[in-house]
Parts: sequence; C-alpha cells; structure tokens
Amino acid sequence: MPVREIAGVQVDFDDEGFMTNPDQWNEDIAKVLAEEEGISELTEGHWKVINFIREDFKEKGQPPTIRRMNKVGGIPTKDLYEWFPKGPAKKAARIAGLGKPQGCV
Amino acid sequence: MSENLAPIERVSIVISKGSLEGVYPGLIMANGARMEGIEATVFFTFFGLDAIMKKRHNKLKVATVGNPAMHMPTLLGALPGMSAFATAMMKKEMEKIDIPPVGEFLEMIHDAGAGIYACKATVEMFHLSMADFVPQVDEIINVGKFYELSAGAQIIFT
Repeated sequence: MPVREIAGVQVDFDDEGFMTNPDQWNEDIAKVLAEEEGISELTEGHWKVINFIREDFKEKGQPPTIRRMNKVGGIPTKDLYEWFPKGPAKKAARIAGLGKPQGCV
Repeated sequence: MSENLAPIERVSIVISKGSLEGVYPGLIMANGARMEGIEATVFFTFFGLDAIMKKRHNKLKVATVGNPAMHMPTLLGALPGMSAFATAMMKKEMEKIDIPPVGEFLEMIHDAGAGIYACKATVEMFHLSMADFVPQVDEIINVGKFYELSAGAQIIFT
C-alpha cells in the first residue's frame, strides 16, 4: 500500500491512487489530488461537490452516485461533468479522499 | 491492467428492443461510458423507439413470455397482470441500487454529454415525428449519419 507525504501529512493510498483513510484528508490534500486530476483550481462548485460527497459518505459509507449528487446534493449533472471532466464520480471521490466508487450508475 | 491496449474512447450504442430488459442495458452502458470519460452516442431504432417516446418511455414492461431466464412457465407468464407484476418488482430493485426510471435516465445521460438519436426509417414506418419524443432526442437520423457519428467508435448493438 503506497504511502505519500502530502502537505506534511502521511497519506495512505490504494494501488489505483485512491485514499484508504478518509480521516487523513484535508483541504490541502484535496488541492494536490485535484491538480493530479488536471483541475488546477478548486472553485466554489468543486467544493460544493466535495463537501457533499464527504457528508454523504459519513451517512452511507460509500461515495454517492451521480444521481444521488443530483437528487440529494442538488448538483446539476451538467455542472458535475463540467467541473470534473472525464469521469466525474471517480475524480470527485478521489479528490474528496474516498475510495473508488463501486456502483454501475 | 492491460497497459499495452488502447483504452476505448468512443462508443455508439444501438437500442433496438422496447422491453424494459431490452432498453436498460444500453442505457446503463451509455451512462457508464460517460462516467468513465468515454464519448457516447445512443441510437434508438425499431421498438427501441418506445424508450424515447413521451407517452411510452415510463410504461415499458418486462417480457414474461418467451424468456426462459424468467423461470416461469409460458402459460403462467401469459396471465393478465404478470408482466406488470414482474415490471414493478424489477423497478423496485433498480431503484434500490439508484438506477433511475427511463425518462430520468435519458435526462441524466444527455446532461452527461451523450448524443441521443432516433432512427429515421423507423420514425417513418411508425409515422412519428420529433413531437412524439422526449426533449433529450437531438435529431432523427438515417443509418448513414449514424455511421458518420460513429467514426472511431465501438458500435454496440442491443
């Protein structure tokens, strides 16, 4: 299991680059992970998604589907694809410090 | 993983069946493609057009006759209400895993950036027009245009 030091914190990752311990996450780590995903600046929209994903994860124990982000989180699907291009659910979960989403939708 | 193989960049999915179980696999694959950053086009043809018709898309039914995997004797499957019952059961299970009803799914797939098209030959055969379709349908196209739009794509027929 790879361990990397980001923003002064030892962070555990799985082999696909997803964090394995959400408690190690902080906003500086999110910024670094976002850059790795090609997102140079996290805007208000990005944070809305990240915060919803983390809140929802606490309740459900898994990263939300795109439908759930829309219905429960009030995040329009179009915006989600614009903010996190090429794989929004996966990218957003990774930046939010969670594991890879396992669902089919 | 298979590092030497080129990842799929575009898919073109044809949905030709109008039963619930005939429509969903294509929708899930189209949505799944967009979720993976793969470009997707969905082309509805023949009875698949029911899935994009305003009056029909949320009334699709599971076929309970002629499907051995239903594990139901044909005569039982033919009883009135059987198909409605099987459909309700399946929809309930799908809702549990966050698979939306067809209308909402089309909206989601379209918002995700996939193109949605209706087959011209079928539209003419059934005497339909754009007015019969949900607003997510981009255009009625012929097979030639379908292949044009599918340039460089994997074509998946369902």
